[in-house]
Amino acid sequence: MSPAILNFIETCLNGLMAGVMYSLVALGFVLIFKASGIFNFAQGVMALFAALTLVGFQTGQVPFSHLINAIFGTDIHHWGGGMPTILAIVLAMGVMVLLAFLLERFVLKYLVNQEPIILFMATIGLAYFLEGLGDLMWGADIKRMDVGLPSGGSFWWEDLTRAWAPADADYYGMYIDTLDVSAAIIAAILVTGLTLFSQYTATGRALRAVADDHQAALSVGISLRRIWVIVWSLAGFVALVAGILWGAKSGVQFSLSLIALKALPVLILGGFTSIPGAIVGGLIIGVGEKLAEAYVGPLVGGAIENWFAYMLALAFLLFRPQGLYGEKIIERI
Amino acid sequence: MNVHMREDMSLHSMRADDGIAKGEELLKVDNISLSFGGVKAITDISFDIRKGEIRAIIGPNGAGKTSMLNVINGFYYPQEGTITFRGKRRRRVRPHETAREGIARTFQNIALFKGMSTLDNIMTGRITLQKRNMFWHGLWTGPAEREEIEHREAVERIIDFLEIEHIRKTPVGRLPYGLQKRVELGRALAAEPALLLLDEPMAGMNLEEKEDMSRFILDVNQQYGTTIALIEHDMGVVMDLSDRVVVLDYGKKIGDGTPDEVRNNQDVIDAYLGVPHEEA
Repeated sequence: MSPAILNFIETCLNGLMAGVMYSLVALGFVLIFKASGIFNFAQGVMALFAALTLVGFQTGQVPFSHLINAIFGTDIHHWGGGMPTILAIVLAMGVMVLLAFLLERFVLKYLVNQEPIILFMATIGLAYFLEGLGDLMWGADIKRMDVGLPSGGSFWWEDLTRAWAPADADYYGMYIDTLDVSAAIIAAILVTGLTLFSQYTATGRALRAVADDHQAALSVGISLRRIWVIVWSLAGFVALVAGILWGAKSGVQFSLSLIALKALPVLILGGFTSIPGAIVGGLIIGVGEKLAEAYVGPLVGGAIENWFAYMLALAFLLFRPQGLYGEKIIERI
Repeated sequence: MNVHMREDMSLHSMRADDGIAKGEELLKVDNISLSFGGVKAITDISFDIRKGEIRAIIGPNGAGKTSMLNVINGFYYPQEGTITFRGKRRRRVRPHETAREGIARTFQNIALFKGMSTLDNIMTGRITLQKRNMFWHGLWTGPAEREEIEHREAVERIIDFLEIEHIRKTPVGRLPYGLQKRVELGRALAAEPALLLLDEPMAGMNLEEKEDMSRFILDVNQQYGTTIALIEHDMGVVMDLSDRVVVLDYGKKIGDGTPDEVRNNQDVIDAYLGVPHEEA
């Protein structure tokens, strides 16, 4: 194979890996949107908050230490040795479930049957609240996320692919980050798990029922409030996974909350109501971005990656506003 | 000792027996009034539903029939009056709670889960009977799996009963109207309800479909002893099926009794069946 083809393959592979990360964020949006029609602007911040909490537990930070120090003049920041990663993950998940519960209890309950725009505004409020809470609890410094995932380039893959090019070619093999590979595997497991859960269990059936028709769901005895707690917990779980993987990739910092913006074009491509759509949309955006950067970028001076996804989304809005897999909305007039 | 066996254990095995004998009062509606802003939908209506009977609610369009059903299953909260179901008196109740207490219903405009298969739709009807929590569902083995299989068997019996084996795996959104109505009945039956509310089960059906549906309703009532309250416009069907009829007009009750009594009630004739011309 010529190096040109190999470079193309490498770009695509890296694009797929990046796409998986976008899909993960988009998945959280789809879960909530399907079940309750709420576009959850706070999904990105939830990922940030989950990552902050996980690192905080793992390294043994004292929550609200800045606040405590400011009030009592103390100087505490850590309570000791931290805890095993697994325990920290479980506890962080517990915090996300608690968050879902409190959210239902104090916010969503009062907004039943409101206009979607009002619920959307509520999630913007939630985003700011969570960002502030995360700052107050765990501090604003950039933290390292280390949950034991491998990272760095894969030498094995590099050596393997070098041999694919002709011996005399100027080619040094493909670069693939092992962290991206583990992220893709974890995302695949997560999506499979969620799909099996929703297809083959009674709770999953209840979730699908609520997503389909609220009134009918009530009539068979499904409590909407309970389902919302479950849905937001699941979205919190997805946010935690996304937070771990993004955090491991680029550090746990507050700009993490902006990955939500990357999910928007993914959702427009895949449709707001489709889990497969979120995945395929993410992959298309990821690959498209990298290919555009590699092949169109040099012609226009680069940095295409930052806006290419939005251009693609705009094109989709013109020709297929319901996305690839979304439900076509046909209004009767 | 007199051990009383119920007619059929296969469908009615899981709901706790309420100790109400056949023919006694199962549900009682007392002085219910419901209004939306300034519009009075229901004014001071009282009637009862006895265990084991088929009770029809009839009346012209806008008489408040569906509103009454919505009050009984908790979609609407009445401003005044109470509802006594299985001896429990209440004013306000949430729809998912009435479902848990044993009231199942169908809807005038069909409210199925359109993206789900017939089987899944009917399985959702059993949600109130499935006791294992989400944690077990997540694990999927052991108790949750046994429970799932047990409920699946019950659902297969309902599918057989309604003769819809051939559409078991079809997404219900693709089914013709008459079959959708039947699936919706199946979902309500799956809950093994003590009281089954049917909102125009035969609306929009052709004669053959109506005959099928009438047969299913009678079978449910006779084989399983399920108490049924139904709203229907087809007078012939109502008079044939029901044991007792309550007639509403402009949100008020104007008649209550057996089909024959209602047929001969002058108020009902005037309001609903049309005023006969004296001269003619």
